[in-house]
Amino acid sequence: MVSPRILRRRIRSVQSTAKITRAMEMIATAKMKKSQDATIAVRPYSDKLTQVIADLAAQAAIGGATHPLLQVRKIRKIAILFISTDRGLCGGLNTNLNRMTGSFILDQKVPVTLITVGSKGRDFMRRSMREIRAEFIKMNDRPRMADTMAISHILMEDYINEVYDQVFIAYNKFINVMTQKPTIDQMLPVIPAKLSKTNPDYIFEPYGMAVLGELLPRFAEMQVYHAILEAIASEQSARMMAMRNATENANEVIAELTLTLNKARQEMITKELLDITGGVESLK
Amino acid sequence: MPTMNLEIVTAERQVFASDDVITLIAEGTEGQMAILPRHAPLVTMLEPAELIIRRASGDEISMVITGGFIEVKSEKTVILADACERSDEIDLQRAEAAKRRAEERLKASGPEIDRARAEAALRRSIARLRVVEKRRKTPVRRPPSNPTSQN
Repeated sequence: MVSPRILRRRIRSVQSTAKITRAMEMIATAKMKKSQDATIAVRPYSDKLTQVIADLAAQAAIGGATHPLLQVRKIRKIAILFISTDRGLCGGLNTNLNRMTGSFILDQKVPVTLITVGSKGRDFMRRSMREIRAEFIKMNDRPRMADTMAISHILMEDYINEVYDQVFIAYNKFINVMTQKPTIDQMLPVIPAKLSKTNPDYIFEPYGMAVLGELLPRFAEMQVYHAILEAIASEQSARMMAMRNATENANEVIAELTLTLNKARQEMITKELLDITGGVESLK
Repeated sequence: MPTMNLEIVTAERQVFASDDVITLIAEGTEGQMAILPRHAPLVTMLEPAELIIRRASGDEISMVITGGFIEVKSEKTVILADACERSDEIDLQRAEAAKRRAEERLKASGPEIDRARAEAALRRSIARLRVVEKRRKTPVRRPPSNPTSQN
């Protein structure tokens, strides 16, 4: 039988763990709300951009001209922008993404290089001896578009300089609080959306290709920014769920330990009473 | 009086949305232009400069845009801005600091200096400063009575 003193100590320690996980859950909840709002705020911008690029690309294709970011080349090397988290304690989030991206890399017939965001993913890729071209860590919880431009500019420059011929983004897509889906999207070359032509014939100033040339880099920047926001919303919601489970488990353990403690205490009292009555009996 | 629907968005937030705009003045790549309701469909890039919006209420709103593009359609005009703020929200000190930084970088002009980026930063900061300067001299028009709520 465990002594009541040790049981009390364990209860205290589990209680303080529960306090921490509870606090972490609340912090994650607040941050999740904010990053969700940011993810929603990109939508009008990204929808409009997608639509205008689709129009322009269709027009440019007729003219026979293409922009470097639209050009499909023979694939000799692939780059993956791998967006993980800096911190753990977020359930299976990183593990799932690592597994999916890992098998995606193994399926490729050409060499793959990585640009990593977040230390968890970087460490995983380092351990599996993958080539890492650039790494970014300590992205803050509410990045601005400008904070992510360093990343998108590396990808675009390398793509135009033919360092690699195809770029994917691997990240956790935020579906809802319970679900985050590991996702791999193609970023470059840009695949213009196929939209049914409902838009009027625009006047383009100065001319279509020039406008397209300005819009495509913005589109690529926006894609990276969007993926990072999705990843942050996923991280916070995964952490919130993980911490909620941890708190629940801690409370269960506390309940069990308290029961054991009470039993032990009662047993001790009974034993003492028996001792006393036994002592009194023997004195008679 | 015909009005048009105008929306200004950046990747981070919606800056402006209203459907009672009667004139929009912006700086396109081909020069300054005024967009009136029922303008022909148009897509063009915007230069770092001031945007002036006149509303049916007589309100005039001054903003600064650091670049982006505009899509004009008969029923709706959308501006996708890289960054955009109302002229009274401009952070003067930050703009001045950015201007100094960009100028220093251009003067230094070593091989490691990205001239195009420094120039773009300089143009952005100048656009902001110019708008602040202008608005100090001639404040925007306000309607004399019944102040309307603004977004």
